[in-house]
Amino acid sequence: MSETLSAGSPTGGSTPLMRYAALGTSLLATLFGLLWALNAADTGMAIHGWIFTLASALSLGYLAMNLNPTKANPFEEVDQGYNFSVVRFGAVASVFWGVVGFLVGLVIALQLAAPALNFDWPFTNFGRLRPLHTSAVIFAFGGNVLLCTSFYTVQRTCRTRLAGNLAPWFVFWGYQLFIVLAATGYVLGISQGKEYAEPEWYVDLWLTVVWVVYLLVFLGTLMKRKEPHIYVGNWFFLAFIVTVAMLHLVNNMTIPLSLTSSSSVIVWAGVQDAMVQWWYGHNAVGFFLTAGFLGIMYYFVPKRAGRPVYSYRLSIIHFWSLIFLYIWAGPHHLHYTALPDWAQTLGMVFSVMLWMPSWGGMINGLMTLSGAWDKLRTDPVIRMLVVSVAFYGMSTFEGPVMSIKAVNSLSHYTDWTIGHVHSGALGWVGFVSFGALYCLVPWVWGRERLYSIKMVSWHFWIATIGIVLYICSMWVAGIMQGLMWRTYNSLGFLEYSFAETVAAMNPYYWIRALGGLLFVIGSLIMAYNIYKTIRGDLREEDLPTGQIAAA
Amino acid sequence: MTKFSHEKFEKNSILLLVGILVVVAIGGLVEIVPLFLVKSTIEKVEGMRPYTPLELEGRQIYVREGCYVCHSQMIRSLRAEVERYGHYSLAAESMYDHPFQWGSRRTGPDLARVGGKYSDDWHRVHMDDPRAVVPESIMPGYPFLAKTPLNYNDLVARLKANRMAGVPYTDEMIAAAEEDLKAQSDPDADWDGLLERYPGAVTRDFDGNPEMISEFDALVAYLQMLGTLVDYDVFEPEADGNQR
Repeated sequence: MSETLSAGSPTGGSTPLMRYAALGTSLLATLFGLLWALNAADTGMAIHGWIFTLASALSLGYLAMNLNPTKANPFEEVDQGYNFSVVRFGAVASVFWGVVGFLVGLVIALQLAAPALNFDWPFTNFGRLRPLHTSAVIFAFGGNVLLCTSFYTVQRTCRTRLAGNLAPWFVFWGYQLFIVLAATGYVLGISQGKEYAEPEWYVDLWLTVVWVVYLLVFLGTLMKRKEPHIYVGNWFFLAFIVTVAMLHLVNNMTIPLSLTSSSSVIVWAGVQDAMVQWWYGHNAVGFFLTAGFLGIMYYFVPKRAGRPVYSYRLSIIHFWSLIFLYIWAGPHHLHYTALPDWAQTLGMVFSVMLWMPSWGGMINGLMTLSGAWDKLRTDPVIRMLVVSVAFYGMSTFEGPVMSIKAVNSLSHYTDWTIGHVHSGALGWVGFVSFGALYCLVPWVWGRERLYSIKMVSWHFWIATIGIVLYICSMWVAGIMQGLMWRTYNSLGFLEYSFAETVAAMNPYYWIRALGGLLFVIGSLIMAYNIYKTIRGDLREEDLPTGQIAAA
Repeated sequence: MTKFSHEKFEKNSILLLVGILVVVAIGGLVEIVPLFLVKSTIEKVEGMRPYTPLELEGRQIYVREGCYVCHSQMIRSLRAEVERYGHYSLAAESMYDHPFQWGSRRTGPDLARVGGKYSDDWHRVHMDDPRAVVPESIMPGYPFLAKTPLNYNDLVARLKANRMAGVPYTDEMIAAAEEDLKAQSDPDADWDGLLERYPGAVTRDFDGNPEMISEFDALVAYLQMLGTLVDYDVFEPEADGNQR
């Protein structure tokens, strides 16, 4: 396939044969969706059948109207032959899903403080909305950030256009369809009951198809690179894509009740299922939320700071040791449970060892600022990126501590875990994503700089205060509840009933919700700033000297 | 022999891919595979049986509503926990759980041994408005469960899928599934067959409404059996086979 330059639209750059093949596939998918919707064994499946039909029909309509693309790419000068269109879509989707996911998080935080907010309806209860929140922030927000930054990074560092012309678009839109199916499923009560892997069998299958194409696009781009070496950021992206595929396939092995039923039975049972689940669950953190975002760190931090990565050797050691050790850490979610002791001990030992490569990554990221520390003062985007790496260091120290059995006996089942997760999720994943988006949006829209640098500063401080409120309240609440559960009175009886420990949590739940509210406000400021940047507006601002403009 | 250089991985994307796959496969293989091969992974106990059809449908509602996000079903082997909830959970107790529901957060109390702890009446009031019986509770109300007829169209398919996954449902159990489901919540039914197939099953009209089998009937049938199956009078925690 020739490398066409005018390729702003999805169908641009592809050959007519490819376009007709895609058109045919969309037609088949539409008919398949129709057949599926009409024969569904339950309402949930019927609704999902119709959503699939609608999505396929939209794709069919779009392809039919653009069989002969003639429109020039308005971003021709910015794109320079790269496929940045899909990156632009990914950036917008990231902001959108980010705001949605954070808002749902705020809602469920408020439900814990004021249970009347559950409204006692099936569709709004905490049990259904909590997976909606976790999936929206991890897979919808995090996933879209990873899609757009990996597609950008791999093209830049390989100095070649993304492999395939329609394929990257299939990955993007197919992934959005996965999000919609998963999210509507939770609200409708379609869940396979495994944390962070709630989507049912057919949604899992769809994600598998999308993910394989993602891997092929990424690998294909690496293979046609014009640079002799594969850049370190891409090692992490590749490890993230491959490992998530492995985890997803093994953890979601199910037997559907029938081909038209939305329900299935997981092949694993009890203790083995627990092990498989937390092997998956912990490495969703390790590879989705860590390896992938380290890929972002390795490209955006050096780029924004204008400094090379601190140590090449450290990158190598930290990469291989991180991906090797992470996989073992799952059993620390199962301390003192019915999981055999040998597995618990292995999980603990490897979790403690994991501290080292994690800090290797942190040091490599922070020390990249050597000689450019002054930018912390002048560039709030760098500040956001650096603080994200600092949060990464903090939560990857806290994690190994919590994986020690004695500590875990206190922390497990409490909100300390929730606080730990959020220092990683809000501080590390959130901030590194925001920092990357603040870099990426002016680059791929060809803007001089962001609409407002001051708003980035506001976003940074409001969100940081929000995170501090969140994690501190959860530390106190978690440790307090853990201690109350094990407190004995002078007669040797347990001092507190469970209900008393719930009541004691209430003030902390309000503080946590306030922290969440601040984080949401920060994300809304970002959404506005990015919207204005995309429009091409520039806010009149007195910027400190040394402020970086566009790259 | 030439000196090893990391350049090989950096210049060959397929080699890098294979290297990653090998490195990330090891931990999982070492931790997961032995759980299927080592016999002592699951203790030998008396009393475990597959879920009755009504309990199985109730469990599905438990999963559907996401109860596992706030309730654990795993009592750890810690003194304070055993005193609060009862004997620590055994691997055997979730051997027929597809998927497991051990949970990870106790926003509400552990439910591994909630069976028989509260009356059906208590559950009825509690599901309707949790704060009517536990003022400090932050649980959502589930008043719709008692008002919604249980849809068990997929019952036989669900039993068959569970059998395929390894749960020992017999042909007889599958053939009698619907009959057993109806009988369990009907105080006037003939339970002999049900009790023979599922020893120790609790049989009564859980929601007190003879007009229909509700989602509440199924969910509470499930909750009332949780943790009650294993006979701890004959279980020897110190026996060799149970040391893990």
